Amino acid sequence: MTLPSPPFLWPSMQTALSIALDALAYGMALFIICIGLSLTMGLMRVVNLAHGAFAMIGGYIASYAARDLALGYAFAITLAVLGTVLIAIPLERLLFRRIYDRSELSQVLMTIGITFCVIGITNYVFGPTLKTIPLPAELARPVDLGFRSIAGHRLFVIASGLVVAGGLWFLIERTGFGIRLRAAVENAPMARALGVRTELIYAASFALAIGLAAFGGVAGAEFLPIEPYYALRYMVTFLVVVSVGGAGSIGGALAACLLLGSIDITARYLMPEFGNFFFYLAVILVVCLFPRGLMGRAKA
Amino acid sequence: MISRRRFGTFLRAGALAFAGSLSFAHAAAADTIKLGIVGPFSGPFALQGKNFQAGVEAWLTQNGKSVGGHEIEIVYRDLPTANPQQARALAQELIVKDKVQYLGGVYFTPDAMAITPLLKQGNVPLVIFNAATSAIMTSSPLVVRTSFTTAQTTTPLGKAAADRGITKFVSAVTDYGPGVDAEGAFKKAVEAAGGQVVETIRMPLNTTEFSPIMQRIRDAGAQGVFAFLPSGPPTLGFVKAFSDTGLKPAGVKLFATGDLTQESDLPALGEAAAGMITGFHYAISHDSEVNRAFVAAGEKAIGGPGQLTFPAVGAYDGMYVIAKMIAATGGKQDAEKAVEAVKGLAWESPRGPVKIDPETRHITQTIYLREVAKDAKGNWINKEIQSFPGQKDPGLAK
Repeated sequence: MTLPSPPFLWPSMQTALSIALDALAYGMALFIICIGLSLTMGLMRVVNLAHGAFAMIGGYIASYAARDLALGYAFAITLAVLGTVLIAIPLERLLFRRIYDRSELSQVLMTIGITFCVIGITNYVFGPTLKTIPLPAELARPVDLGFRSIAGHRLFVIASGLVVAGGLWFLIERTGFGIRLRAAVENAPMARALGVRTELIYAASFALAIGLAAFGGVAGAEFLPIEPYYALRYMVTFLVVVSVGGAGSIGGALAACLLLGSIDITARYLMPEFGNFFFYLAVILVVCLFPRGLMGRAKA
Repeated sequence: MISRRRFGTFLRAGALAFAGSLSFAHAAAADTIKLGIVGPFSGPFALQGKNFQAGVEAWLTQNGKSVGGHEIEIVYRDLPTANPQQARALAQELIVKDKVQYLGGVYFTPDAMAITPLLKQGNVPLVIFNAATSAIMTSSPLVVRTSFTTAQTTTPLGKAAADRGITKFVSAVTDYGPGVDAEGAFKKAVEAAGGQVVETIRMPLNTTEFSPIMQRIRDAGAQGVFAFLPSGPPTLGFVKAFSDTGLKPAGVKLFATGDLTQESDLPALGEAAAGMITGFHYAISHDSEVNRAFVAAGEKAIGGPGQLTFPAVGAYDGMYVIAKMIAATGGKQDAEKAVEAVKGLAWESPRGPVKIDPETRHITQTIYLREVAKDAKGNWINKEIQSFPGQKDPGLAK
């Protein structure tokens, strides 16, 4: 004897809170990974399909540092960010610099090529199995919030997301670097004429975007596990988030991650059999209503 | 795509010149018999394809590259993801252009279903190393399978779960063919043993965040959870979420098919999976001489420990079956005779005693109940705790 499963389960208050918390954590993990891509696409006008590959490289470095070398989690994150940026610098010099002014098609072709190379190399070097990044005891322990317990790691992800969003806003809106960056984006020849070294600015923001990707790869590894195919598997989700949020906008990316995260999580709770229907429905609606994304900039 | 279309092909130039010409060549004594193997050798399922290859190579190392004076030549073909059209094209090419006498491999059910209509005309038997949906066997009389079916591994698991005194289950399966099969088989077995499945959840194939599913399980008030997900990254998310959201600490028991705890994923799952109960046909840690020899050869072929997992044993036993077919037909191309010859064939596999069921041509085998635990050296293994010998595929029983 089986009871027919209810087609629709109306959540209690406690359940609703619990879902909201999960959505927040998931949305923040997405945000940390995607914000770098939003910056490259919105500010530097480069469609970087290798963004996921850089997040994955960060994950591999952290996994190697924390698991095989038994270094601390904080140290592993630092190493992952620095290591990935270090790998990205020669790539920027040799490859990315050539496509800044090229058509989107050339950008897509080159970066997807880089992605395939990265997948092949990681598969060869690290093998096709899943890699984990061991968490420190404080983050691995479930934290009791009264109405439910949540993995400490999720709270860490939420906090990191807020710090990243705040820090980036401050950097772009309130510092000298931010002013030069915005100038270079608005009108590069004029900025150069005024003595802004746009090449340096571009290189620095590229490094910043890659560093954020690496950090996101590590912090989000509990949601999106590290394996060679990571670089392509989640790329669609990342691109969707950026286009919904509006490329180049921190607030937009944050809003998109929280909106899509909560729709995804809530739909999976209420009607898992509908799959990604509601997620993509929301994407279609947003893109129809806001063709440039929630807070996208008008094209220069 | 980094497609490695041909892996090691063992060319014997002299014999090939004769065998490759026309169909008269079948009468030749010292000839080369080609065997085409289709599997995911690149892309997201490359690990499974690598295991096919390791199983085949392990068999060849142990038994030599010829059967009764007939040289075996393996032709590997890469099919990265489930793609019926490409599967059909590859099989056609193997039969017509490469003139293979046997087809083997096939990881996904849709691919197998696309290949079976070609077998009769091509006069080629297909030995399936993995694809695990019951219905494949009825699509052609020239198919033999050495893997398992989801219903086969799940039915004893359902009985064992209900026998532990748990009465209230929730089933959470991935929303595609094998998942639906698993849900049905588990429900049937649990209900036959007096238990109840109070809710059935079907999860989209690309789910990566499982906490809403766990919340649903919690709200349903389950004492036991049955899970089926295909091997790969999502299994890690599922098992971790089960532990992190407090279901595991609250004493809810997790039952699953062995796909969730394949050996290559165990180091990553680690503590989160400890105590998880799975039902499956093969564990790398199975205690027998035959298995130890197989694992040693397989790990050597795959390039080290930690990557060998269940598709390798399907491939290894598949090679055994194909060798018997070659011996029975004297190297001549006769698909019907070859399949007839292995009906009822029984032998000692690395997984334990097995037999090709003469009715269904699917493998009859022992299904083991295993617990995720640490071995003496501190490595995570699937520790066999109970066995259900002589299991046929319930999905094919009329």
